[in-house]
Amino acid sequence: MEFEAVIGLEVHAQLLTKTKIFCSCKNEFGAPPNTNVCPVCLGMPGSLPVLNKKAVEYAVKAALALNCKINTYSLFARKHYFYPDLPKAYQITQYELPFAENGWVEIEKSDGTRKRIRIRRIHMEEDAGKTIHGEGLDPNSYVDLNRAGTPLIEIVSEPDISTPEEARLYMQKLRDILVWIGVNDGNLEEGSLRCDANVSIRPKGSKELGTRTEIKNVNSFRFIQKALEYEIKRQIEVVKGGGKVVQETRLFDSGKGITKTMRTKEEAEDYRYFPEPDLPPLIIDKEWLDSIKETLPELPDQVKERFVSDFSLTPYDASILVRDRDLAEFFEKAASSYEGEAKKVANLIISDLLGALNEEKLTISSSPVKPEQVSKLLTLVDKGVISLRVAKEEVIPEMVKSGKEPEAIVKEKGLVQISDEEALKEVIRKVLSQNEKAVKQYKEGNEKQKQKAVKYLIGQVMKETRGKANPKLLNELIPKVLEEV
Amino acid sequence: MELLNKSLRELHRLIKKKEVKPSEVLRELLNRIDETEDKLNAYITVSREKAEKKAKLADEELVKLSEDEVPELFGIPLSIKDNINVENVRMTCGSKILKDFVSPYDATVIKRLRGKGAIFVGKNNLDEFAMGSSTETSFFGPTRNPWDLERVPGGSSGGSAASVSARSAIASLGSDTGGSIRQPASFCGVVGLKPTYGRVSRYGLTAFASSLDQIGPITKSVEDAAYLLNVIAGQDSKDATSAKVPVPNFLEALNGEVKGLKAGLPREYFVEGVEPEVKEAVLNAVKELEKLGVEVVEVSLPNTKYAVETYYIIAPAEASSNLGRFDGVRYTYRAKDYKDLIDMYKKTRAEGFGDEVKRRIMIGTYTLSAGYYDAYYLKAQKVRTLIYQGFQSVFKEVDFLITPVSPETAFKIGEKSSDPIKMYLSDIFTIAVNLAGLPAISVPCGFDSKGLPIGLQVIGKAFDEETVLKVADAVEKSLSLSLIPSV
Repeated sequence: MEFEAVIGLEVHAQLLTKTKIFCSCKNEFGAPPNTNVCPVCLGMPGSLPVLNKKAVEYAVKAALALNCKINTYSLFARKHYFYPDLPKAYQITQYELPFAENGWVEIEKSDGTRKRIRIRRIHMEEDAGKTIHGEGLDPNSYVDLNRAGTPLIEIVSEPDISTPEEARLYMQKLRDILVWIGVNDGNLEEGSLRCDANVSIRPKGSKELGTRTEIKNVNSFRFIQKALEYEIKRQIEVVKGGGKVVQETRLFDSGKGITKTMRTKEEAEDYRYFPEPDLPPLIIDKEWLDSIKETLPELPDQVKERFVSDFSLTPYDASILVRDRDLAEFFEKAASSYEGEAKKVANLIISDLLGALNEEKLTISSSPVKPEQVSKLLTLVDKGVISLRVAKEEVIPEMVKSGKEPEAIVKEKGLVQISDEEALKEVIRKVLSQNEKAVKQYKEGNEKQKQKAVKYLIGQVMKETRGKANPKLLNELIPKVLEEV
Repeated sequence: MELLNKSLRELHRLIKKKEVKPSEVLRELLNRIDETEDKLNAYITVSREKAEKKAKLADEELVKLSEDEVPELFGIPLSIKDNINVENVRMTCGSKILKDFVSPYDATVIKRLRGKGAIFVGKNNLDEFAMGSSTETSFFGPTRNPWDLERVPGGSSGGSAASVSARSAIASLGSDTGGSIRQPASFCGVVGLKPTYGRVSRYGLTAFASSLDQIGPITKSVEDAAYLLNVIAGQDSKDATSAKVPVPNFLEALNGEVKGLKAGLPREYFVEGVEPEVKEAVLNAVKELEKLGVEVVEVSLPNTKYAVETYYIIAPAEASSNLGRFDGVRYTYRAKDYKDLIDMYKKTRAEGFGDEVKRRIMIGTYTLSAGYYDAYYLKAQKVRTLIYQGFQSVFKEVDFLITPVSPETAFKIGEKSSDPIKMYLSDIFTIAVNLAGLPAISVPCGFDSKGLPIGLQVIGKAFDEETVLKVADAVEKSLSLSLIPSV
């Protein structure tokens, strides 16, 4: 029997607000333990939560970008459990009435097909602190409450995901969108984005759902795929072996690449949810919603489509450019200030500029090269002042290093293309005298061999001139000189 | 003791005229505390040195201030129920689990009082976490009623009421979740005001039942209650449930102009089970109001009979949630020997909480559990809405309601402590007010044959503390009772 998997993801995303969700403590990663704390996020007796408006705006922005319906009226609730990093012994979250529902995102699979994954709901909540267990002989555990009260949204998908690859793509897509709209920093290692996966299997084509397990804390794109691959295989083996999948929560061991039982259904906690009496209902009226809508930028998929239609880019190039909002904006500025084909701009950015920036440990956001300079550089190539090869190999790296204008670099380094026929002929003659084999091939060979010889010789001349020879002229001049000798 | 009998307004006048120094007031107060505490046990903490230092500073500052620069509570020592945070002062909530907790911050009400120059002299005893009607459940021992030391002062703000009554406090702040300000005020012959839910910030009040809790003054007179309410009332950005409603000058409401007002006597509050002497005293006061031109009609609040049951589902549910934070991890008492985390939680909470608190945590945990939530908590919330609507419709006919505060006068220590249900019924007339979020006051209206004070409750429309205070003031003035116990 063949099996198929049914997967739903719960993704927690931290919101990049300056302060925490219910107090005015700083929301930042990496501060010394327990320094960004106050009576509210420490759960001191008598302290009360006050909802951070910015957190609501970021959450709504995210929900809009994920095509959700925003509920005018939503409620906060308390979710109870005891753990040292949960200072109030309850987490303020949303339960019965979340602020957003019924959204979707579209993923593009490696075979090029697209699939829409529906989002059931998004709710707002506070993050817990961190418990750190002593290492080695240290028997103590330590609690850092800096993270307690960090605003989170939990994005719950419908079980529309069928493969581990889709799960990974879905998660990546969420990350891309949230980072793009500026509400999340996309940093999975720092826990800015965390994922729990629900998975079950069923005979292929069946409509019924199997018993699901929940895998906790799969916090990298690779691990999502790996954990699900393992878990699906495990479930299939259980069923094929005549057993039954047990409803339980499992933990992914990234070292061993396996999932392990964390707690069974019987041990599942009763969170005793009830409406948070310290917070009035959250009302997101039309006026507020509209003002948030105005802050929402054009989304990556829309930009991608526009790049394809307006700039005649290939979908592949466009998708690379929209992976990062700064990159897309950089391209658009460069392409708009350039008179030639935008495709050349895309190529130069994707295949040369990004690499050069990477060499210098820079990103497009911190690039010393300005978009207009890219367009200037390409114009120099178009005018025949320098060759494309010189532009790529010599000028771009220097632009990244020094931030200088391309013209200045060309001048300083003497990179101007040699277009003087006599000068080129001189070099060609020299090269021919050193490459008798090729000359012979040209003289005695058929048409194909002749072409091959010319190509080879062009390369040699380029080498001799450090790429400065005008390739168009070489194409004309080399056969001419060959006829002479 | 002469100064301690003065009203806040009079004390303020004496201080700003420089006829009395803050340190003199404090000295008299501390002497009185020393004199009475052995008998009453109304304080858990007396901040003697701190208060003396502040009073001395106030003495010095006063010299530099002109008369109208002196803020209205300048140099006046106040007492605070020990479930309200005062920075750098121990706050126990009457519980072993917080016996060594020193608060790191000021409650909003404390900030506001401090801003007007008040000095904080001590923290008043209470039922553990404000759960009780007799102040017997405090880890620090029961408070005694100054009118009869064998009797309870009521609760949970028993320490506040007893000390104000015995003049070992000038005025105090209490908290009221189901009657915890009004019932002890009634038992001790003082005035206790529970403002409208949202009128006073709860920030810094240790939560018992968040949707019911409200801070209010416990004072010698209605005027003092209005005086303090003027300072503590008003929206607070730190409490999302505090209301954005303008704050009038409540003292101005005390103008005796009750003529033409319409009072309602809810039938359900004058039934069997109310001690005849209590009923008589309340109706006698009503007669006085009639003489002043108040029109009195009988009304009905049929859902009142569900109030106690509703309350004892909602309050414990919220309490079970609010008290989870006392877990031994950060600032509370922690059990000595434990084998793992769960064991630490269990032992800490088993050792740290008293029986009544544990009882309510268990009830609340149960009613919020999956499978029971709809039948209990959700249902109780629906009944709560009905109770609220009942008041709403009655208030279309009348301006305020008059009821007894409690069906009886102060009972004997130990009399009800073994019977929780009996104890719970002690709040039968105060609870519905919290469920509906309304303002209500307890004002003395007479004595029973044992010489114990009886309290009358005025219930007002939401945010109409002015009428409540105005009527209570009229009752107080027309009866002019002598209300100083001989303790």
